[in-house]
Amino acid sequence: MGIRFEDVTVAYGRTTVLDSFDLTVEPGEVMALLGPSGSGKTTALRAVAGFVTPARGRVWIDGRDVTKLPPYQRGIGMVVQSYALFPHMRVDKNVGFGLRAQGVPRAETAERVEQALALTGMGEFARRYPRELSGGQQQRVAIARALAVRPQVLLLDEPLSALDARLRSGMLAELARLHRELPDVSMLYVTHDQIEALTLADRIAVMDRARLRDVGTPQELYRRPRTEFTASFVGNANLLPVTVGRDGGVRFAEHDLQAPTGDAAPGAEATLCVRPHAVGLGDGPNPLPGTVTGIQWRGATHRLLVETAGHRLMADVGELRDPPAPGDTVTVHFAPDDAVLLPAGTGGDDRDG
Amino acid sequence: MLVHSRGGRRAVWALFALLFLPLFALPLLVLVAASFAGHWSGALPSGPTLDHYDAAVRGESLRALTASLATAAAASALALTAGTWAALSAHALGRRARRVMDLLFMLPVAVPSVVAGLALLVAFSKPPVLLNGTRWIVILAHTVLVTAFAHQSVTAALGRLDPAYEQAAASLGARPWYVLWRVRLPLLLPSLGAAAGLCFALSMGELSATMMLYPPDWLPLPVLVFGATDRGSPFTGSALAVVLMGTTLLVLLALSRIRTKASYR
Repeated sequence: MGIRFEDVTVAYGRTTVLDSFDLTVEPGEVMALLGPSGSGKTTALRAVAGFVTPARGRVWIDGRDVTKLPPYQRGIGMVVQSYALFPHMRVDKNVGFGLRAQGVPRAETAERVEQALALTGMGEFARRYPRELSGGQQQRVAIARALAVRPQVLLLDEPLSALDARLRSGMLAELARLHRELPDVSMLYVTHDQIEALTLADRIAVMDRARLRDVGTPQELYRRPRTEFTASFVGNANLLPVTVGRDGGVRFAEHDLQAPTGDAAPGAEATLCVRPHAVGLGDGPNPLPGTVTGIQWRGATHRLLVETAGHRLMADVGELRDPPAPGDTVTVHFAPDDAVLLPAGTGGDDRDG
Repeated sequence: MLVHSRGGRRAVWALFALLFLPLFALPLLVLVAASFAGHWSGALPSGPTLDHYDAAVRGESLRALTASLATAAAASALALTAGTWAALSAHALGRRARRVMDLLFMLPVAVPSVVAGLALLVAFSKPPVLLNGTRWIVILAHTVLVTAFAHQSVTAALGRLDPAYEQAAASLGARPWYVLWRVRLPLLLPSLGAAAGLCFALSMGELSATMMLYPPDWLPLPVLVFGATDRGSPFTGSALAVVLMGTTLLVLLALSRIRTKASYR
C-alpha cells in the first residue's frame, strides 16, 4: 500500500479546509490531486507530510499509521514550488542532507548523492551553490534531494509552477522518466494545471471546496466525466442543459439531439457535456444553427464561439482557410458518441467551460 | 530614485548636510579636536599634544578598556544566547505568548537604567547569590539591558524565515535539533551578527547602570570618561572617549565582515 487517507478532516479554526477525505494511492502509482486554489489539495499533501494535524481520520503510509508521527519519522520525500534548497549549502550537501541527518555512513552518503544527482542529470553541478543555478536546475536538485533518502512516497507540491512553459514540458517528461526508473515509489502530485495532471498521472483525484469530487484515470475523467465540475476542470467542456427524451435522445432548447442517455429517466433534467474539439463546423449529426460571436486563431486550430438558443458553444476546429466572421450564421454539429450525459446540478456552482 | 530633478537632489543634500553636520558630525569632531588639545580658551583649541592619548592607552585606562571589551563581549554572547533561545521558543508558541515575551524583555529597557542597576544591586547583595562587589554583576546588568535588542532582532528575522526550509529538512528525516543547528541557525546567522553588533555597541557605551554596580577592580571605560570630565579634565576624557569609539568601531567592522561572509543571498 502506498498512501491511504481515511476520512481525513483538517480545519483551521472554524474553516474546514479538507472534509472527510478518502483516497488510496497504490504503490508505484502517480496520483494527481487536481483542483482550483483553496480546494484542499495542498492540505491533503501536507497531512501526508505531517505539517498539518487532522482533526479527524487517519493517514497511512506503506501500511503504517503515521497520523501521530512527526514529519521526520514518516519516510517521505517532498518537493515544493519554491524548491526550498538550503542556500548556505552546496548542491551535494543539499542532496546529502537527509542522509547525514539520518546518520548514514559517509562513504554511502557520497555514493547515494552521486547516484541521485546522476538520476536528475545534475552531476556536474555538485559543487555549485543553489543561487548559481537556474530555476529548472534548482528544481532538479530539489528532486534529487528528495530521492536520495529513498522514500517510499514522493510528495510534489506544484513542483513546476515556478518554471516557464517550455521548461515545464521538459520537466514533465523528466518526471515521467523518473517514474519509470523508480517503479516502486508512489507519487502524490498536487497541481492546478490539468495538462500536468493528464500527462503524468496514473489516476487523478479532482478536488473542489475541501472535498474529493471525482477519482479516475485521465482517460475516464476526460472522456466520461461523472460531474459537471470534473467535465469543466479536466479539459474544456460545453455544458448544455437538456431534458431526457422518451426515445433515447435529449431535447436541448428547440432541438432534438441524439446522445447516449444510459438509464436516465425520461423527462429528467440533465447536462450534456461535449468537448470543444468534438464540435465540427457545417452540417452533420446533431446539427445546431447559431451565430458566430467570436473567433480566436490558435495556430493549429480556430476556436469558434457560437451562440445557439441562448447558449454559447465552443468549437475547436482545425485551422480554417476561410474562417467565418463574427455575426455570420453557421451550423455546428457533434457525433452522438462524443457527448456525455451528466446528472444536472453536479457542479455545485455555475461554471461553463 | 525618490528625487528626479538635479536641483531637487541638491536641495536634499543641502538639507541632509544642514541636519547631519551639527547634530552628528560636529560634536564628534569637537571631541576629536579636544582630545589633541593642550588648551582651549578661544574659538579653536591650541597647543596640540598627544599626552592625553599617551595616558589613555596605558595603566588604569588600558585596564578599563580591557574591562569594557570583556564586559561587552560576555554580555553580547549571553544576551544573544538568551535572546535567540527566547525568540525560538516564542516562535513555537502562539501569538499571545510571543507578545508577553516581547514585553518582558522590553521591561528593563523601559525603566531608567539606573533603576535597573539599583534593582540588580538590591537583588544580588545578599546570599545565596552574592554578586555585589564582583565583575559578574556588571556583566549581568549589561546582559539584562541588551537582551531585549537581541531578542527583538532575532524575532524579526525568524518571522522572515521561510518555513519551507525547516519543513523540507524535516521531510528529509532531520530531527528538530538537527534542523535548528544545520538549517535555521545558519540561515539566521546574518541577523545574529547584526544583533551581536548592536548588543556590543550598547554595552560598550553603558554608563548609568554600571555606575551603580562597578567594583573597584572592574572599571569599564565609560566610567573613566565620566570621572575624567567630572574631575575637570575634559581633554583626557575626550581622548578616552575617542579610544572607546575607535575600539567599538573596529569590533563592529570586524563583525560586519563576518556578516557579509555569512549572507548567502
